[in-house]
Formats: sequence, C-alpha cells, structure tokens
Amino acid sequence: MKILTGNDLKTGAVVWWDGSGWSLHVEEAADAGEHADVILATETAACRVNGGYIIDGMRDGDGKVRPAHIKDRIRALGPTVRPDLTLKPADPAAGSWVI
Amino acid sequence: MYRYDHYDQAMVDARVAEFRDQTRRRIEGHMNDDQFKPLRLKNGLYLQLHAYMLRVAIPYGTLDSRQMRKLAHIARTYDRGYGHFTTRQNIQYNWIKLEEAPDILAELATVEMHAIQTSGESIRNISADQYAGAAADEIMDPRPWAEMLRQMTTFHPEFSYLPRKFKIAVIAAAEDRAALRWHDFALRIVRNPAGEQGFEVFAGGGMGRTPFIAYRIREFLPAAQIFSYLQAVLRVWNLHARRDNIHKQRMKILVHDLGEAEFTRQVEEQFAQFLMLKTDFPQAEYDRIAAYFTPPPFESGLADEVDRADPDFALWVDRQTVAHKAPGYAIVNISLKPIGGIPGDISAEQMELVADLAERYSFDELRASHAQNLVLPHVRKQDLYAVWQALDAAGLGGVNLDLVTDIIACPGLDYCSLANARSIPLAQKIAERFADLDRQLEVGEVKIKISGCINACGHHHAGHIGILGVDRKGTENYQLLLGGSGAEDTSQAKIAGPGFDENGVVDAVERAIERYRAIRSDGERFIDTFRRVGFEPFKEAIYG
Ligand code: SF4
Repeated sequence: MKILTGNDLKTGAVVWWDGSGWSLHVEEAADAGEHADVILATETAACRVNGGYIIDGMRDGDGKVRPAHIKDRIRALGPTVRPDLTLKPADPAAGSWVI
Repeated sequence: MYRYDHYDQAMVDARVAEFRDQTRRRIEGHMNDDQFKPLRLKNGLYLQLHAYMLRVAIPYGTLDSRQMRKLAHIARTYDRGYGHFTTRQNIQYNWIKLEEAPDILAELATVEMHAIQTSGESIRNISADQYAGAAADEIMDPRPWAEMLRQMTTFHPEFSYLPRKFKIAVIAAAEDRAALRWHDFALRIVRNPAGEQGFEVFAGGGMGRTPFIAYRIREFLPAAQIFSYLQAVLRVWNLHARRDNIHKQRMKILVHDLGEAEFTRQVEEQFAQFLMLKTDFPQAEYDRIAAYFTPPPFESGLADEVDRADPDFALWVDRQTVAHKAPGYAIVNISLKPIGGIPGDISAEQMELVADLAERYSFDELRASHAQNLVLPHVRKQDLYAVWQALDAAGLGGVNLDLVTDIIACPGLDYCSLANARSIPLAQKIAERFADLDRQLEVGEVKIKISGCINACGHHHAGHIGILGVDRKGTENYQLLLGGSGAEDTSQAKIAGPGFDENGVVDAVERAIERYRAIRSDGERFIDTFRRVGFEPFKEAIYG
C-alpha cells in the first residue's frame, strides 16, 4: 500500500494522509494507491502539507497501518530514546512497534 | 568575551525582522516550500524527522551565564525542556514550531546570539579549543583571531554562496583539542624564531563521504595577513569548484584533486594579488577585539592543593579537571555523557545550574567542546569541591573524560532525516557495557565516535573506534572502524570488516578493547597499541 506523509507547516509535526485530511496518527493513514502522486501534488500546492512524500505502508498483525521502513516508523512514533516524548508515552512497549 | 557593537546588533536584529516576514509569507501561502527552504536554512532552521530543528551558533564554543540561561529559557518555553550540544560547539533544539521560530531568534538576539550560517553553503560556526584563554599549554588565547575571522566572513558576499559548507578552526596549543586537520581551513597560532605571531595553516580536511586530512599549506603566515590568505584560499576553491556535482563540491575534493603543491601554488598566487588590495585589517582593529578577551582578574597567592579526603571527589578531580595557566585555578570539564544518557543532551534545569556555577565560580564563562561536553574554564581549586557537589546533585558529576563512555554520537535516526541508522541507542549500550568506572579507568583513553550516516557528524573517521550506521536492505547495520584520531596525531580510521547489527557491534567494540588490554605495552593507549600492532590482532579478536 502507498501512504502519504509530511509535516504540518506551522508546527512541523509529522502527519499522515487519512483520506480527507492530515492526521497525527499513522494508524489513520489511508491507502492512496495509484492516486498518491495526484493527492500529494494537490495538497502540497494548497500548502496543507510541508515536505510531503509517498512511502510504502503495510498492516501489522492487528490490521493497523504502519510504514514499511524503520525511518518512517520512528517518524510515526517519536525518538526511540525518549519514550516520554513519543505519541505513546504511557506505552512501555511502544519502542518494539518501531523496530 | 566579545560583546556586540551597534553594527553587530543592528545586523542581527534586521535579520530577525527579515525572517519574521519570510515566515509570515510562508505560513500565509505566498511562498512554497522550495522557495522558503533556502531562507529558513540561512537561519539555521531545518526540517528534521519529527519537527523543525533550530541550530544556534555558539561562536568558538564560548558562552556566558546570561546566554546559557537564555538557552534554558528557549528549551523550556519553545522546545521540550532540553537541548543538544553538537560536534561543532553549537546547540540544537529538536521540537521547534515554525510559527515560533522568529520569536526564538528575537530572544537570542537579546543575548547577542543567532542561528546565522549554521546551515547552507556558508562559512559555518568557527570552532576553537574549548580551553582557550585558560589552557596551561597555549601560547595565547586563540579566540580574538576566531572572532576576527567571524567578523571578516559573516555576510561577506563572496562567501554567502560558496560551493558547499566551509569549516574553520583555530587553536594556539601543541595539543589539538579541536580536530584541526579535519577542517576545510585550520589555523594553529605559532611564533617564528623572531618571536613574531603567525599561523601554521592547514587546508583541505573534512569528514563525510570522502574523508581527507588537511595538508599543511603554510608553515608560517604573518598574523596580520590572514584575511588576504583566507580570501586567496576561498578564491581558488570558488574558481575551480565542481558546482555540478554535489559529492565533489567540498574544498577537500579540490585540494586533493589538484594536489598539495598545485593547490598551494595557486593560493600563493592569489595571495600575492590580495595583499596588493590591502584588505587586511589594521592593527587597531585587532587590538579592539583582543581587548574583549583580556584575561579575567585571576587572584594571586591561591593554594594549589586540593583536599582529596572524599575519594569520589578525588576521582572526579583527577579525571575531569585539567591544568590551568593561572596558579590555584583549574579547568573543569562537565560530562554530558551519563551512563545510559544521550550524548550532548542537557535539560533546561541543568543549563541553569551550569550558568549559576559559571557566574559564581568561573568569571561568568562557559565553553562547549566538540566532544559534546561543557567546560567551566576558570575555577579556583579551593572551589572545586563546591562545584563538584552541585554538579553531582544535578546528574552532571560524571567521571569519564576521554574514557570509553565519553562517546561522541550524532542524533542519528532518532532525530535526523538524513540518517540510515540510530546512533544514540548504540552509545547507550556501549556505555552500559562499560559502566563500571574501575574498568573504564583500567582501559584508559579510548575515543569512540558514532555517526548515523556517511555525513559523519559523529566524527567516526576520527575515532580510535569509529562506528558508522548504514542501511542494509531496510535494516540498521553498523560498520566498525579502527585507528582514527582527531588530535595532534591525526589519522583516519579504516573499516575493520563486515558490518554488525546493534548488539553485534557492541560486542565487537568490547572484543577490540579486551584485545587491546591483552596486548598493550606499558603506558600505551588503545590507539598507540593499534598503531604498533596494526589491524590483524584486532580483526582476529573481532571476527574470530
Ligand atoms: S551523521 Fe548523518 S545521521 Fe548523523 S546527524 Fe549527521 S546527517 Fe544526521
């Protein structure tokens, strides 16, 4: 599957295309499939995303979307060395989701 | 310490106002990212893995308490309560919001700081010996020259669109604590037999994809001619640089393509022309700037002894303090490498504590080192116990200067968008493996340096043991290098063999160190043994 990611213009936060807008949570990412290029071009031109790009996504055992590559899995969660600053600070197992 | 005059302040304030306007136009949609990116990079604002990252310049690594408190305030107000000291003596904030970036730059400007030329194809923050002005072994304080160079090169039109970034370092001691020969252009202040001050000049060094150690291109350059000479070097590079190929744009490539003799010949030719233009500064200008670096009023008659009754304190004194030029004083190194911590990271509270200590005990001066530690340059020996107690209570009393756990590590894949692999967890695991202080002291000096990609911000080429993160089919993999040095015995580390996963490379580091312990001669450091016996005994230990 193809998913779209980038950063929020004002805050810099990592965001994911959820089919109608941009979400902070990768679990909400939509499969953009063959429309990925068009969606990205439209969203970039409208300044709704900053530094956007297309990546391969996959579904984990629970059927949730996650990026295929470790780099974007770390982007999706936060720094593995500061669990307190990730999107799942209360989840001690969050790091294993990345690796 | 140098203080801005009204020109400096006006330039920095104007730059803040300009960037505020540029940011507004970007947020309002009048500029796209391609248009805005070069503008934000000119102000040190990167877009990294999780957010914008702001890199703030600390000229030649020197700070006062007012500036450090401002850095703490920024960490707390605009970031997530911490900052990260880098291998260029700068500080980075990892969680910056674009809409707040102009406010941060405005706050920095109130304490004579900025983020200009911390990115892009410019002359970057000029680095220097972190012990400048305090070291017992220096012939003078090198910072007036670093400041002169900063003023000569900031906003200079010919240097604003260089082919690539350009890094300068200045020292004034035989011991090299600034990785001199890994710079594009580097100066060691020396005196000639007539007692005149000048520079030993090096050019063409650099790490990254194609590492080179700088050549010495001048044995003695009269000090007053430095600007002509620097312009000549930059002119030769500007004339020949491969602007068509990003991997060949750094000056080190040109210097090594032309060869030492031809590069030097062309520089000398240009130098003769620049001398005729008389663009070098007048002595009065040097004197004006040097006056800012007048040594603080050291007390005389102070005791040189330290009460070593507390054994933990004695350990810290032996490892973390070094000789000062003034009797009764010491230079204090503050470790930012707690076992299991993140090399170079410091919380806002710790920054404030260090600022308080600098103000109270070190003539209001602080330094950042390229090894990602901090320094209190001028502490009375009779105050060392109080300083140690305060540092220790704040988690800053670590004892590991130049030991195996004093690891340089770049942010790597935890923060950096260019990374292939994580650096920090590796540093943490190695530090935890060698956490026992007796073992560290028994092993002695070993410099481990870790980069998360070929750009080498973690100086892996200059590590006694270097580690480079690579991407192997989507997984993190680590190459082990041996034999590098960033000190006066500069050498380039070479790859030992096939790479490892994270745990594998930690084991490999331990095996290399144990082999060193088994075969070292009396008084040999790790690097000395490696140079004596070569790769083979280490390869055998690492790969079996
Ligand atoms: S070495 Fe690579 S991964 Fe590390 S900070 Fe530099 S660019 Fe990023």
